[in-house]
Amino acid sequence: MNRAASEDANVRTYEDDGFRDTDYQAAGRTRNRLKSGIDRLAGAMRLADAIGAGTLKRFNGVIYALALFALGAWAWASGILQSIWELRDDVIYLTFGEWRDVTEFLSGDFSATLQHIPLVLVSGLLAILVGVPFGVWLSRPYMARYAEALMQVLNVGTTIPTLAILALSMSVLGIGSLPAVFGLFVATLLPIVRNAYAGCSSVPSHLIESATGMGMTPRQIMMRVEVPNALFVIFAGIRTALAINVGTVPLAFLIGGGGLGELIFQGIALNDFGMMLAGAIPVALLAVFVDFLLAQGQYWLVPRGVNPLR
Amino acid sequence: MIRLDELTKVFGTPAGDITAADRIDMEVPEGEICVLLGPSGCGKTTTMKMVNRLVEPTSGRIFIDGTDVTKTDPITLRRRIGYVIQQIGLFPNKTVEENICAVPDLLGWDRKKSRSRAAELLELVALDPAVFLKRFPKELSGGQQQRVGVIRALAADPPVMLMDEPFGAIDPINREVIQDEFLRMQSEIKKTIMFVSHDIDEAVKMADRIAIFDSGKLIQYDTPDDLLAHPKNNFIADFVGGDRTLKRLRLITVEEAMMKDPPRVTADDSLSDAVAKMEEHGHQSIIMVGPRGRARGAIRLSDARGQKGRVGEHYSKLPTTVRINEDLRNAVSAMFSADETWLACVDDDGNYKGYITQRGITHILGATYRDQ
Repeated sequence: MNRAASEDANVRTYEDDGFRDTDYQAAGRTRNRLKSGIDRLAGAMRLADAIGAGTLKRFNGVIYALALFALGAWAWASGILQSIWELRDDVIYLTFGEWRDVTEFLSGDFSATLQHIPLVLVSGLLAILVGVPFGVWLSRPYMARYAEALMQVLNVGTTIPTLAILALSMSVLGIGSLPAVFGLFVATLLPIVRNAYAGCSSVPSHLIESATGMGMTPRQIMMRVEVPNALFVIFAGIRTALAINVGTVPLAFLIGGGGLGELIFQGIALNDFGMMLAGAIPVALLAVFVDFLLAQGQYWLVPRGVNPLR
Repeated sequence: MIRLDELTKVFGTPAGDITAADRIDMEVPEGEICVLLGPSGCGKTTTMKMVNRLVEPTSGRIFIDGTDVTKTDPITLRRRIGYVIQQIGLFPNKTVEENICAVPDLLGWDRKKSRSRAAELLELVALDPAVFLKRFPKELSGGQQQRVGVIRALAADPPVMLMDEPFGAIDPINREVIQDEFLRMQSEIKKTIMFVSHDIDEAVKMADRIAIFDSGKLIQYDTPDDLLAHPKNNFIADFVGGDRTLKRLRLITVEEAMMKDPPRVTADDSLSDAVAKMEEHGHQSIIMVGPRGRARGAIRLSDARGQKGRVGEHYSKLPTTVRINEDLRNAVSAMFSADETWLACVDDDGNYKGYITQRGITHILGATYRDQ
């Protein structure tokens, strides 16, 4: 009966990547910018198609090449490419960091600075490892009494802007990578918990009944029926959460966390367009790449029987 | 064998206690199908679910094959009981094979053994293992899903099965097919089955015994024929319907109702012989059989009288015949559609075995009422 109720409420699941909420705008900014650029290019191509109406169609490839060449020529002439290229060592360092820093940080030396990808990995993995079990635990029958209330608390938590979370985290943990990881972890945790909970509690009750009727223990029902059937929704939550995470990592620079934010914010402060792009472009690419990876994971790891994509 | 002894379930609700099952006493003999029947809320499902302890009884005891299982561990108990529900409940994340092997896997069977058993069971319900083993439930039709649901419950070869309106969600045509298939399977595997239904026709068709429930009480527990012939009170008479005697047609086979060893003629007999035979038995017509005993045609008394020649020259074709293993409902239907008062009964090879008349049918149905 609790199950039925929660099915109704069913919270909002992050099945589509909804960058609607204002607090995700920071995360979506780079992505959206990239997207609108692509849209515009696509619009131009459609226009060219319409004008060409068949006769020019065979020159499509030529048009693409020319457009690309013009773009490159403009970038080169304006000197932006050169200034980005000069920053290549910084970009690589701020993206990947050094392995030694990661191991030091993980072994408890929080004075080590994590750069962009290590920040994503550490905070993201931590959030997945904590969030999924926590969400599944909330969906247990004996938690039904508290689960909805806790979900409401989490929902309120989701409305706090990620920048504010980072600031709050800094005020408690000081500056450096530790408050950054913690802030990112908290911001990432919420969608994961919410989807894991919603996914597990929306598993149809007749599946639970037939599993119970054939003699599965509650734990077996959870591991063999509920979690596998919620996997697609859980993955959708992880995807959204990591999109938020990757988009928030540049802000970690503001509390001394390292990462590509350094180039972006310094570029803005110094009015150095090239430096800003040297940070922004990799951040955008990274967001697209991470989402692509997770989409592949979602496609291949979720069993075919419960995977609407397959 | 399943025996319920004073089985009671009381649900405590804010509005007061509700007795869903009130001291139910009944026994399902080994290898029989018992259909629990009644309007919704009558306690039939609660009673069934107490057997595998999905509902914990308030008081009373349950015996399976003579052992009291009221206090055994419900997990072990359930693994020994096949369970089929209306929504089927196939696990969408598992393939058909994994679904069928669910209980054997729980019991720790050898993988090879359970996988070959899955293929075997699929063949039993006419689904090609090569095609279906690796499919997911969403890739099956409703009827196929239901078949897989039933054989999943059979996978670990449990002696007892519980079925909660298992064919309720299937369209009427497929339902008939699956019911027939299931009955054929049951005649081989002989499980002790408790079957919940709210459909009297399904109950009459499937059941060896029917238990009718009303507001938590077991009102009547009888064979389908007794129940239809002698409903205990008005509630049951209403429930089984005003046409209950017609429903009994289903329960009697043609073989039981027909006149055996009937007179017959062959094509070479003379018409006068045929007339003599008819007059001897007081019949208005007689069947002509072929050399191997197959029913070929008929001669009417009015046509044959005063005529000369052989039967083979004057016979008329039979409008229809009925097979002896069909039920009387089909026989009556055939009679009505052919506008005949009698039909020749043949076996599967077409051999003439007997004849059945409208008078004979009304007689056999009425016999039970006259005896009272």
